[in-house]
Order: sequence, then structure tokens, then C-alpha cells
Amino acid sequence: MAIVLEARGLNKTFGAVTAASNIDVAIEKDSVVGLIGSNGAGKTTFINMVTGYLKPTSGSIIFDGRDITPLSPRLITRLGICRSFQIPQLFASLTVYENLMTGVGVVFSGGGWSDSTPLEGTPEQAVDTMLERFGLTTYRDKKANVLPEGVRKLLDIAMAMAVKPRILLLDEPTSGVSADEKFGLMDVVMEAVRAQGVTVLFVEHDMEIVSRYTQRILAFYEGRVIADGEPAKVLEDPEVRKYVTGESHAAH
Amino acid sequence: MKLDRTTVIIAAVTIVLLVAGPLLPAWMMSLIKISLCYGIVVLGMLVLMRTGLVSFGHGLYYCLGAYAAAAHDKLANALAELGEASSSLAVRNVMQLPKMLVDALTGVFGPYDIAVMLGFSVVVTGLTAWILGFLLRKYREIFFAMLSLAFSMILYGSLVKSSALGSTDGFNIAAKGLFGATLADNSLRQAIFVTIVVVTMLSALLINFYLRTHRGRLAEAIRDNELRVEYMGASVRRTIHINYIISAVLAGLGGALMAINIGHIDPEMAYWTTSGEFVFIAILAGTGSVLAPFLGALIFETIRSFAYEYSPNTWQMALGITMLLVILFLPGGLWSLFQKMRRKAA
Repeated sequence: MAIVLEARGLNKTFGAVTAASNIDVAIEKDSVVGLIGSNGAGKTTFINMVTGYLKPTSGSIIFDGRDITPLSPRLITRLGICRSFQIPQLFASLTVYENLMTGVGVVFSGGGWSDSTPLEGTPEQAVDTMLERFGLTTYRDKKANVLPEGVRKLLDIAMAMAVKPRILLLDEPTSGVSADEKFGLMDVVMEAVRAQGVTVLFVEHDMEIVSRYTQRILAFYEGRVIADGEPAKVLEDPEVRKYVTGESHAAH
Repeated sequence: MKLDRTTVIIAAVTIVLLVAGPLLPAWMMSLIKISLCYGIVVLGMLVLMRTGLVSFGHGLYYCLGAYAAAAHDKLANALAELGEASSSLAVRNVMQLPKMLVDALTGVFGPYDIAVMLGFSVVVTGLTAWILGFLLRKYREIFFAMLSLAFSMILYGSLVKSSALGSTDGFNIAAKGLFGATLADNSLRQAIFVTIVVVTMLSALLINFYLRTHRGRLAEAIRDNELRVEYMGASVRRTIHINYIISAVLAGLGGALMAINIGHIDPEMAYWTTSGEFVFIAILAGTGSVLAPFLGALIFETIRSFAYEYSPNTWQMALGITMLLVILFLPGGLWSLFQKMRRKAA
């Protein structure tokens, strides 16, 4: 399969702390990849580097054969790498519709999007499609600051999907979402991802979610990738069990 | 495109003013003209406030617009003289350009044509804002407000020291025509009134349209969450810069119209208390609609004139109390009152 995103020898240090250490990863097109690891393992740092929010100390990030390491988040977004946030980043005083329209409007304004095919129909139709796809139609005219947490999460992801991503990076999509809502939320997201043909990387602490929705897992520990492969294999890996999923040796 | 309510109201107000204006008593005409001039400046504040930025120095553009309109010939001559001192031929030629332009326009339209004066105001304020914008777009909140204030006080200080422009006294100006037609007395007064109404209402119409475009809508998104705007592929700084320039040009037009209307300008227009009045009206009015600044300005001017007449020593208190009541009961400005009523009716 074609490689769409590649990290080559990524390093990132904050003073004495190593947040990324020699990360070499290649992501195939249309795959769904989970990033796991304990707090501070370097998952979010990895996402922040891919989206241009943090610059790696050394190494490079190749997207579609192009070095995107020096680019700003804005330009990287326009190339087709979009992200959602662990804490939803919404426009609090605007309605759900306006939140999505802001993104759709940016796409419709044109100028420098790598994927020059326009969204289908009018901006209004594009927003309606997103509302429907994410089950947000009933909240259409509600202001973002009054939405329940699960809906805020969905809107946050929908906003990332509204700007024509080719790769979607999700930072803990189910954190803050109740246990009985989380599968529903992930089903909606994955359905939308398939409809738009997007490659997905997501950070997640919930192993049920990771094993159910991904084809591949990258396990992080102290800035390194300690395991990379099919979910079943990675979750069985002794190092992963020791450092990530937190099962002690005494349990055996 | 379907006509929205605001467009209809603007059209109606324009017609009413143009038809009924000449029938109104002089004091009311004067009140309306001053309110419209202030209103367009505050409309500029609104464009900026939508992005979450409040300028405490919009007097800069108000004053600059007025001086550019009133002293465009003096300024062009001064630039040409300055250029003569240079040894470089290129510099000398470039510095001659404004003077050549002024001469050419005077040849076509005659001296002090209202349209030419407004044109110079737009160009000078637009260019100044474009340049200052590169610096100001990096700042937010109190830093933006204070930096704007600093620039306005630099202009104030420079004008106070410019004896050629009348120092603290400023100078009198008189428009002499509109689009090449020479006007005097009553016809001139009419032309000034029509110009003020048309320019302000046209600006309101254009801004109303702009705020509904994709770029215009970004302003409120920026106010709420800059990070997300960047992650949607839009440039926060560019949008702020564009809004800043629009805002400056509107303030400049307000100043130029006021200068033409009053017939006198002085550096006081750039003083921080003048900028303070614009902030006052903007908060009084709210940012809910492009009509709000004009309503706010009308109320402000009405309170000021009546309070000044009936209690000359405590008129500021009346303004203070008004502001207090608005902040306590209508934090979204007077315009939020209409929005509340409409929501109730719906």
C-alpha cells in the first residue's frame, strides 16, 4: 500500500526531557492506526509535530513525498492533515452550524489547498452533510458552550473533517465521554472517515476502543516506539504490557 | 440573493434621511450629521471588535483622515519639498508624485472637491493601517489597545508641533464642490449632508455584506479560538490585518466627513479622549449589528447635547451613569435589547 505519511528519525527534547526519540514510522493510506502509551510517553508530542505545532529537534516528516517539517499548522492543514483535540477547541459563542461553516468557508474561499477538488454543492449543503454525518442536526442552532461533552467531542472532530482532511489525527476522541457513549461516538466517527476516505491516527487510552477500531498500533514509551504492528500482537507484547497497559508481571 | 432585514433598514433610513433631512430644524440636522460621522468611526471599531480587539487609539485614523482630506495639497507640497532635498533622482521623482496627483485632480475637479478629499482620506488611512498592521496584528488585548493609543498620541504630538498645519489651533477648511460642480452656501450644505448620508449608509451596507462573507465570519471565530482558526487552515493575522485596514479607512472617512461638515480640524481629533469616546459609543451600542454604531452615536450625541445644555458642569456624569446602566443591565450593548425582543417574539 502507498505510504502517505512518514516520520524519519524524529527527535524532540524539552530541556532534559526526551519527548520523542528517533521515531521512524510510515503510515499507509486509508489505514486506521492507534497510538498508545502512558501519560508523557510522547503520543501528543508526535501529533503536535506532525501538525506543525511543535518543531522536532531533529528529523523530518514527509507527507505525500513532501517534507512538511518546517511548515506552520495552517499550511499543513491546507495540505490535508487535520486534527481534533483532547479538550474540544470550539468557537464557544457560535452555533454548531456556524462552527462548521467557519471551516467550510475557509475551504470554499480557496487558495492553496493541495486538494483542489471543491466540496460538493454549496457551503450550506456541505455543512448540512457534516451535521447529518455526525448526528449533530438536532444541535444545529445551539451555541457550542451549552453542548454536552459527548457532543462537543463530536463537533470538534466534525470541524477537523470539515476542512477536507486526507489524514485525520484524533487526540483521545473518547476521553471525557461516558462508557456507554464511547462506542456510539467511535462508530459515527469511523463511518464519517470511511465516507470521506481518510487515513486516521488516533491517540487513545482505552484498549477496548483501540483493539476494536484499529488495524495497527504504535506503542510509545519515553518518546520511543516500543512496538508496532497488529493490535492483537502489540497488546500481547511483554514490554507493552509492562509499560503501557500496566499489567504487572505478578499477575502472571 | 435574498435581502436581509439590515439591508432593508439601511435603505429605508437612507431614503428617509435624504427626503426628510432638508425639512428638519438646523439643530437636528447638525445632530444627525455628527452622529453619522461618529457612527461610521464606531462601525470601524465594530469590525475590529468582532475579532476581539479594542483600539484605544482610533482617533489616529479619525484625525489622519481629516487631515488627509483637509490638507492633502499642503501635505503633497511638503512631500515634494522634502524630495527636493534628496540627491537621488528616483526619490525626487517619487516624492513629486502626490503633488502631481493633487494638481491633476484639482485640474479636473477644482480645488477642495468633496470626492477628492474623501479619496485622499481613504488612501492615506488605508496605507498607514496597512503598514502599522504588520506590527499591531501580533498583539492582543491590552497590548493592542495601548499600542494603538501610542500611535495616536504620536500623531497628536506631531500635529501639535506642526506650525504649518496650525499646531494646537488646527485650521479652517472649506469644501468647494462635489464631483467637479462648484457649490456654495445652501447647495454646498445640501451636498455635504447628502454625501454624509450616502457614504455612511453605503459603508454600513458594504460592512454588513462583508461580515457575512467567509472571511468576515472568521472574525468572531478568531475572538473565540485563534488556535482552532489556524487549524482550519485560515490565517488569524491576515484576517486581523484586513479588518484593521477596513476599520482604519472607516475611521478616516468619519474624520474627513466631520472635517468637511464642521469646517475646522485640530489635533484634538487624535487625542486619547476622542478615542475614548469611540470606545464609549461602541460599548454603549454593542457589536450585534452594523446599525448599532449609528444608534449608539445618535444616543451619545443626544445625551451629550442635552446634558451639556441643561447641566453644563455635570454633563459627563450623565454619560457616566448611562454607561453604568448599560454595563449592568445590557452587557451586550443597546443592540442586545433588540435581539432579546426578537427572540421573545420568535
